[in-house]
Amino acid sequence: MADLDSLENDQPLLVSESLSKSYGRIAACRDVSFSLYPGEVLAIVGESGSGKSTLLQMLSGQLAPSAGQVSYRMRDGVTRDLTSLGEAERRFLFRTDWGFVHQDPAQGLRMAVSAGANVGERLMAVGWNHYGRIRDTASDWLTRVEIDIARIDDAPRTYSGGMRQRLQIARNLVTEPRLVFMDEPTGGLDVSVQARLLDLVRSLVAELHLAVIIVTHDLAVARLLSHRVMVMKGGRVIETGLTDQVLDDPREPYTQLLVSSILPP
Amino acid sequence: MNAPAYNFAYLDEQTKRMIRRAILKAIAIPGYQVPFASREMPMPYGWGTGGVQVTAAILGPQDVLKVIDQGSDDTTNAISIRKFFAKTAGVATTTATDQATVIQTRHRIPETSLHASQVLVYQVPIPEPLRFLEPRETDTRRMHALAEYGLMHVKLYEDIARFGHIATAYAYPVKVNARYVMDPSPTPKFDNPKMDNCPALQLFGAGREKRIYAIPPYTQVVSLDFEDHPFEPYRFNAPCALCGAENSYLDEIVTDDKGGRMFVCSDTDYCEGRQAAGHHGSLSAAPYKEKAGSHG
Repeated sequence: MADLDSLENDQPLLVSESLSKSYGRIAACRDVSFSLYPGEVLAIVGESGSGKSTLLQMLSGQLAPSAGQVSYRMRDGVTRDLTSLGEAERRFLFRTDWGFVHQDPAQGLRMAVSAGANVGERLMAVGWNHYGRIRDTASDWLTRVEIDIARIDDAPRTYSGGMRQRLQIARNLVTEPRLVFMDEPTGGLDVSVQARLLDLVRSLVAELHLAVIIVTHDLAVARLLSHRVMVMKGGRVIETGLTDQVLDDPREPYTQLLVSSILPP
Repeated sequence: MNAPAYNFAYLDEQTKRMIRRAILKAIAIPGYQVPFASREMPMPYGWGTGGVQVTAAILGPQDVLKVIDQGSDDTTNAISIRKFFAKTAGVATTTATDQATVIQTRHRIPETSLHASQVLVYQVPIPEPLRFLEPRETDTRRMHALAEYGLMHVKLYEDIARFGHIATAYAYPVKVNARYVMDPSPTPKFDNPKMDNCPALQLFGAGREKRIYAIPPYTQVVSLDFEDHPFEPYRFNAPCALCGAENSYLDEIVTDDKGGRMFVCSDTDYCEGRQAAGHHGSLSAAPYKEKAGSHG
């Protein structure tokens, strides 16, 4: 069994091959290739307009690339090109084996329905039909993301920003996905709340052996969470490597500028 | 002066053909909402413009029409629609459920079991069961296409979380032919079991929303629920005050300003039929009281 596990981990989960997207003459993203392995956290950093969000949308199958392809190793072990999946398959993948944490929780949550139903929705979508079990699983997940069980029937619009973000994470992880996309998950939160959220994400990632692709402009987030970093500028990947290697010994002038722009601790 | 000459059943033949095509498609795909080019009718939206167009399209000279509104044959809406077709189509009308061939209804299914030669036409205000959960039409259509109905259970979950039971009492969502989730129009959930495996053809017309859908005869219709919170039809726990019926759907009627109330069958034809057959309830009219008196 251990051999099989290691074999599983030896194969990439997601492979991006020369992924490009252009809008007319404007190239939003050019020739991005990389492989992501199970349990690996990859941070995509860069300033606004560097193409990192476009890249994330293509990787998660929400945006069709102009060129190149993304392939994903499904739960049955077969690696498939995302564009070859039908819409039903893609949407099923999206709500079972994948998660997507939006910067704005209002995009990722149903703000008018209770937290319990928000967490339970994915379970009901895959056919769970027992109220008691759905609720138990939902309360279990709320505990894991440090939300008070007493608030299970409150709608997320009554939650604070940090709680909303944690609820969004619970909602995504309830089906035990293998890959989670995060788009600036700490944007708009104050520093202490950010720290708590990052702490939580880090422990969940380790515990659940999650692969994560996280888009951020905050190098501190990248340093804290990720194993590898990709630096983007003008739609291209200009530097890539292990996180401490890139952040401690940046090679490209732009990366050096990015790194030097954070205040030393 | 001559009265204006209408085509049979008001609508012109081209329009009826268009509506019939939509109906045929709806029957072919049970529970699927077929868009159609809904016409302006000489009545306001919300008064049954969808139902009237469906009725007009299927009505023939030999048909016998019954129109009910909340189960009643004698409310304004029911009477005016019945008169409308008596005038524009010259068809026979009735209030007796078993004699009608076409029954147009708002918010009820008759208590008397329907038979195979009947068509039940529902007036539908909002045909989309997912509407209040997902406001975007593009999204709800995609969800129907891919049979993604997890959201419907989110609504039922919310009911239980808030009220301890499924509190949806009308427009209770059903799954038709194990495929499409459908809004049965605002009928009380008491009527949901009657739709299952019904010998009559059921047609649904939404005039403002421009949709027609259908349940063909003998089609499986299942009310959505949870394993540990099964679907339960709801009814006031009382017999009808006029006919004593224990198993019909009841209206609550406030009789004074001191908390007095009575429960009576919402289906007036059913209630009158039972009274004529000698059944009576606690508040029945004089002849029955005399009868009761003569015994004592």
